[in-house]
This record gives sequence, structure tokens and C-alpha cells, in this order.
Amino acid sequence: MALVKLDSMYQDVILDHYKHPHGRGLRDGDAEVHHVNPTCGDEITLRVRYDGERIADVSYEGQGCSISQASASVLNELLVGKELEQARRIQGAFLELMQSRGQLTPDDAMEELLEDAVAFAGVSKYPARVKCALLSWMAWKDATAQALGAGDEDGPKERTA
Amino acid sequence: MTSSRRGFPGHLDTEAIRKDFPVLDRVLHDGKKLVYLDSAATSQKPRQVLDALSDYYEQHNANVHRGVHVLAEEATALYEGARDKVAAFINAPSRDEVIFTKNASESLNLVANMLGWADEPYRVDSDTEIVITEMEHHSNIVPWQLLAQRTGAKLKWFGLTDDGRLDLSRIDELITEKTKVVSYTLASNILGTFNPVEEIARRAQEVGALVVVDASQAVPHTAFDVQAIQADFVAFTGHKMCGPTGIGVLWGRQELLEDLPPFLGGGEMIETVSMHSSTYAPAPHKFEAGTPPIAQAVGLGAAVDYLSAIGMDKIAAHEHAIVEYALERLLQVPDLRIIGPTTAEDRGAAISFTLGDIHPHDVGQVLDEQGIAVRVGHHCARPVCLRYGIPATTRASFYLYSTPAEVDALVDGLEHVRNFFG
Repeated sequence: MALVKLDSMYQDVILDHYKHPHGRGLRDGDAEVHHVNPTCGDEITLRVRYDGERIADVSYEGQGCSISQASASVLNELLVGKELEQARRIQGAFLELMQSRGQLTPDDAMEELLEDAVAFAGVSKYPARVKCALLSWMAWKDATAQALGAGDEDGPKERTA
Repeated sequence: MTSSRRGFPGHLDTEAIRKDFPVLDRVLHDGKKLVYLDSAATSQKPRQVLDALSDYYEQHNANVHRGVHVLAEEATALYEGARDKVAAFINAPSRDEVIFTKNASESLNLVANMLGWADEPYRVDSDTEIVITEMEHHSNIVPWQLLAQRTGAKLKWFGLTDDGRLDLSRIDELITEKTKVVSYTLASNILGTFNPVEEIARRAQEVGALVVVDASQAVPHTAFDVQAIQADFVAFTGHKMCGPTGIGVLWGRQELLEDLPPFLGGGEMIETVSMHSSTYAPAPHKFEAGTPPIAQAVGLGAAVDYLSAIGMDKIAAHEHAIVEYALERLLQVPDLRIIGPTTAEDRGAAISFTLGDIHPHDVGQVLDEQGIAVRVGHHCARPVCLRYGIPATTRASFYLYSTPAEVDALVDGLEHVRNFFG
């Protein structure tokens, strides 16, 4: 049976990250958050460590579907080593892509910004799965707000669900 | 398909039955026929119920119990007629013991609030205990947690055995002289387990505790007699038994309904009202504040007629045969672990399982691509997942329209899932 449509969600890049996650495991951090996706039971515990405005580490432990776990791996790969301002641009672009309901075709600039995270474009067509993909990104945003203090414009308590 | 199995022992004529359910003809994702295995979440609706709903709105729509015009009288007769049908369906001693709510959750919250506001001897307070089980749906956990938090009562629960049954070995320590209420599910929505009635009822009666039964997964699937299960209250919902959403039932023993206080106040539930105080209508109206779900009750009445015409014993036998076949086939799937009883004895038509370490969300997605609708997640019974050390399950659930061929489709579908993530 050809699972043509599904292949657009389960890109090889995503399955690779799922099977071989980057940076998994909890290490020292400035803040730790625990986020859950109550509709399916995906969970993530995520820590961030900052070196000034530079992301020194994002470490995580979690359980859940391939989309949620692969997304955390991609996040680690993309954000560690980046300056906060750039990381926020990447997070914003990923959020925009995931909320596009499959209507957005990433352009060159977005592809360059999102790298492997572009592979999640297909997931945006499945409303029930968007929360899975965003789980770690919302956790990162929350942890960052906590680590860097109340100066964050988005406040500390946003949850993915 | 490896089997069509017509003439299966105990089998209903599903070919005829399926013609009554228009949605079962749906074709999804480039030509895949819908295989609906999510009836424990909500059942599909037969044409007879859909017709009753549209006939009500097209011909009789009015508010009930007020007004003397023709439509008001017809609407009232239809609404109260639905109460008669439901009362007969569950063998209630009196029609006045059948309270319409919006769903089973509301029914259970209603009981919890009746007891929280009651006078002695029913009052739940800080010296008393509430007993539930670890296999409850959240709708039979959270109302009791709220009641315990608000009154200071202690909440206790029966644990589960490794094979998915209630652990009754400590029943005398759990249900004590302090216990005011024992609330348990007759059939688990996640494990499929049918729970024993006798032992719990006997112990509850010994200590004078009230017994509340969540029958949401039982009433749709088997001949049900409220007088046989030795309960004081029974909750269930219409949409899992071919009825529409928005209609639930609470059955309660008449003397309790007379003694216990109302929860929601409003129109319909009163006798007289002054600016200082009110007196209340007799049950069931005392517990039905505001305009009730009239069309939904009428639809539930039609669903009861539909199920009764087929015969609840026949439906139960059909599901038993399907579950027996499904368990046999599922247990042959590599890496598949059933969460719950692995035989069809004392078991309902919901089967939960895990498939290796493939997350149920991924299982459900790949099945959906093949037109197969299952439920994935914790099924509003998260304590069960914690108990068995799993994040979630995939659940296939069956009903009177389910066929052995659909079981085969599921098993084939799971093979694709394994290949996809293997």
C-alpha cells in the first residue's frame, strides 16, 4: 500500500532524528521546565543553559510520538550555539510554518533559517499533530524566559496545550 | 483480507445493520473504505435516530412543560416519552428515577454535588471516605477529587492486578464504616474489563455506603438491569449507544432522589419561587434545571428503540464473538501487548494495546492513512497508563456494526505500521 501522503509528514529527516536524537539527556542548566501534551501524553523535560545571550546548551528528556521527539532533536541541533536573537527568529519561523495548515511553502530564506526543521512542513497539515511538533519549542521558550528573568516579553507561563 | 467469516457463531447480520449507518459508507484518503473502530469514544448513528432528530425539529419543535399549544404538548410528550423508553430499557422501577443530563460526566458530577450538599445521613464531610478505582475514566475520578478537596473527605481507590482486573483483595480495608460512597465503572473504557458487581455491593451494603456505577461502556453493549446491579445511582451517556451527543442519563433510587438536594437551580426544577426562597419540583424535574436537551432526548429514545429491536442479548453475543476473534488475531501480531484482559471472558468491546516502542500517536496516524479509525492516547484514564508503565495506548473498539473483516483490516494495518517504523 502506497502511503504517499503520510510520507509528506514522516520525512526521512524526521524519522532519522527520531531514531538518532541529537543532544538527548539532561545536563546542567539555568532553568528547567516540564511540558505535556495532554491529548496524547507526549512529555518533555527541558533545560537551557546560557552563556550571556548565547545558548550554551539545550538538554532534554522526554517520551512521546516520533514527531514530538524528532522536533526536540532538531531544536537542539538548530539552537545550541546560537545567539538568543537569532534563536527567536528561528522559533518564530518554525511557529509560523507549523501554524500554516499546509498552506505555506517555505522559501529559500526560510529553508536557510530552519534547516532540518523545514521537514516538518508536512506536519502542519495535520492539526492533531501540530502540538506534538511545537511541544519542545514552547518548552524552550518557557525555559528561556525563566532563565533570563522576567524581562521576556512573552512571560514565563505559556504552555503548548 | 484473510477472512470474511459470514455466519460466525453469535454474529449479527452486519450487512443489513450497516445499511442503517450512512457514515459507514464513507470513503477516505484516495479510496480507502472507512473502518470505524472507535465506538467506545462515540458510536455512529443509524438513520432511524437521524430521522427522529430531523422529524422533531421539522414537525414538533417547542419548549417542554410550559405552554398549552399543540407543539408544546407534542414536544413534551416526545421528551417524556423518551424518558419512558429509557426507563424500560434499563428496567427502572419508576420513570421518575430517570434524570436527563448532558452526558455521563454531568451525571457523575450531579451525584457528587448532591452528596456534598446533602444533610445526614448522606452528607460527605471530613470524617468520611469516598472509594473509587484506579481504572476509572477521568469523569469518575475528578468529580470525587473535587468533592474530597471541598469537604475534607478522604479519597481511596481499588488498585489493579497485572492482568487488568480490579484488585479486591483488600476490599474490607478500603470500604469501611467511614465510607459514604463507592463509585466504580462497570466496564473500563481503556482495559475493556467488566467488573464484578456482587462483592462490591455486598461490602458497601454492610457499611451503609451508597454505590454509584459508571455504566457508560456497559449500557450500550449488553442487556442492562438497574435492579440487578445493586446500585444506588447509575450514570451513562446517549452518544455511545447510537444516540446523539448532548444527552446523558442519571438513574437514582427514588427515595434518594426525594431526600437529596438539587444541584443546579433554574427554571423547570421549581414548584414555587419567591424572592426569599423556593420549593422544588419532585424528581426527576428537581434535577433538570433549565430547558433540557429535548431533541437529544428524543434521539436517545429512537436509539433505544433501534437497539431493542435488534436485541441487546444479540448485540452482546455479536461483540463477544468479535472480541474473541480480535484478541486471537491481535495476539499474533509481533511486539503487540494487550493492556487489559487477554481473553474475552468478562470483557467489553474495547481492546487497548501497545506495539513495540512505536508511539500510539504514530500507530494511529499510519492506521488513519489506511482509513482505519482508532483512538490513541490515555483515553481519559491516565492512572491506568501510569499503573502499567506506558505513556499511552492504541485502542480499537467494536459495536454492533463491526465485522471480522474490519478486525482483519486492523491486523493488516498494524503490519504496515511495523514496516513503516521498523
